[in-house]
Amino acid sequence: MPHDHHDHQHDDHGEGSELSDVALRVKALESLLVEKGLVDPASLDYLVDLYETKIGPRNGARVVARAWTDPSYKAWLLKDATAAIASLGFVGRQGEDMVVLENTAEVHNLVVCTLCSCYPWPVLGLPPVWYKAAPYRARAVIDPRGVLREFGVELPHTTTVKVWDSTAELRYLVLPMRPEGSEGMDEETLAGLVTRDSMIGVGLASRPGAPT
Amino acid sequence: MNGGHDLGGMHGFGPIAPEADEPVFHAEWERHAFGITLAAGALGKWNIDTSRFAREEMNPADYLGTTYYEHWLHGLETLLVEKGLVGADEMEQLKALRPAPAGIAAVPPERMAEVIRRGGSAKRADAPARFTAGQRVVARNIHPTGHTRIPRYVRGRNGTIAIDHGVFVFPDTNAHDRGEAPQHCYSVRFTARELWGPDAPEGDCVHVDLWDNHLSPV
Repeated sequence: MPHDHHDHQHDDHGEGSELSDVALRVKALESLLVEKGLVDPASLDYLVDLYETKIGPRNGARVVARAWTDPSYKAWLLKDATAAIASLGFVGRQGEDMVVLENTAEVHNLVVCTLCSCYPWPVLGLPPVWYKAAPYRARAVIDPRGVLREFGVELPHTTTVKVWDSTAELRYLVLPMRPEGSEGMDEETLAGLVTRDSMIGVGLASRPGAPT
Repeated sequence: MNGGHDLGGMHGFGPIAPEADEPVFHAEWERHAFGITLAAGALGKWNIDTSRFAREEMNPADYLGTTYYEHWLHGLETLLVEKGLVGADEMEQLKALRPAPAGIAAVPPERMAEVIRRGGSAKRADAPARFTAGQRVVARNIHPTGHTRIPRYVRGRNGTIAIDHGVFVFPDTNAHDRGEAPQHCYSVRFTARELWGPDAPEGDCVHVDLWDNHLSPV
């Protein structure tokens, strides 16, 4: 098929001296929207900065660390996650109605969105590429133990795996098990052990002293 | 619709392969695609269900062959024209040929911050539920050609109501401007064996959020 190739050299990352087709298209569309008065460039800067530098998994880690140290907060979080998370200041888009799932020795919860990429933005930020991509969305529901193994987590058969497919406007956050050896640590130090992956359910919280 | 987006249970995509550094955006254009999608959405001419459907309508081969923000861009271009914010001729030429429709103006940053902070809960006033926690149900074997949030892998399968989340907007109608049709949404538990057969580990399960209209009593 000699003519099956595209005319241009594609640069998937759009960071070379030559912009990719999609980069050019986005640039032209943005100019069009700004010129028509539909989009304020200052709002674009605000949105990108907010989700690139301000909102991320450190928020969720604070929720988890508080639950590990305060039993009444944990009870509230499991009963009314939306209110308990809002009390720490984490509210808004893609986290309007929250559910928290507690991992124990008996039950391991793992969250996916097979139909798109629903993810709790206020507590975890924007999802990583793998969460949005086909392999995870396809396999998390049919082979969760295989997925976990790929992330380095081998669960005993005595642990039940519960997969939560986010098909509605509920957003799920996993409350990972508090790691051994973290007794007596304060909330801030504990938050440092809470990985993003442990709050999706594809990982465990870090052990104290373990490389992160 | 039975589109390229409905991926649960498919084989052949290979390993998950997380990146080592995981940047939020992978190129400058992704920042802009993200920003203009949220900013245009804040104009209020469509809802989240409409925007999901616009991405699902991509040809499955294109959907699976492109990246996440390319899906967003496809959906945005479709909706801008469909909802009359941008003319088909303007989209074709990627050039502004006339001003925005009367009464529609860009959302400034102060108001955008409020839009993000407030979000848009899909929860609605309570109403009677068709099912109760613990009840056995079957996910209906339906194949609507429009938007739906009932994934293919649960259709026709038996499950148990695990949680009643309360009353929520029904995406299957809301995506098509046929009203919010508020109804109870439940976390329905399906055993892995019911979904995937006898080789699945005993005890493992998948919870899927489904609405009254997706379910029948067993």
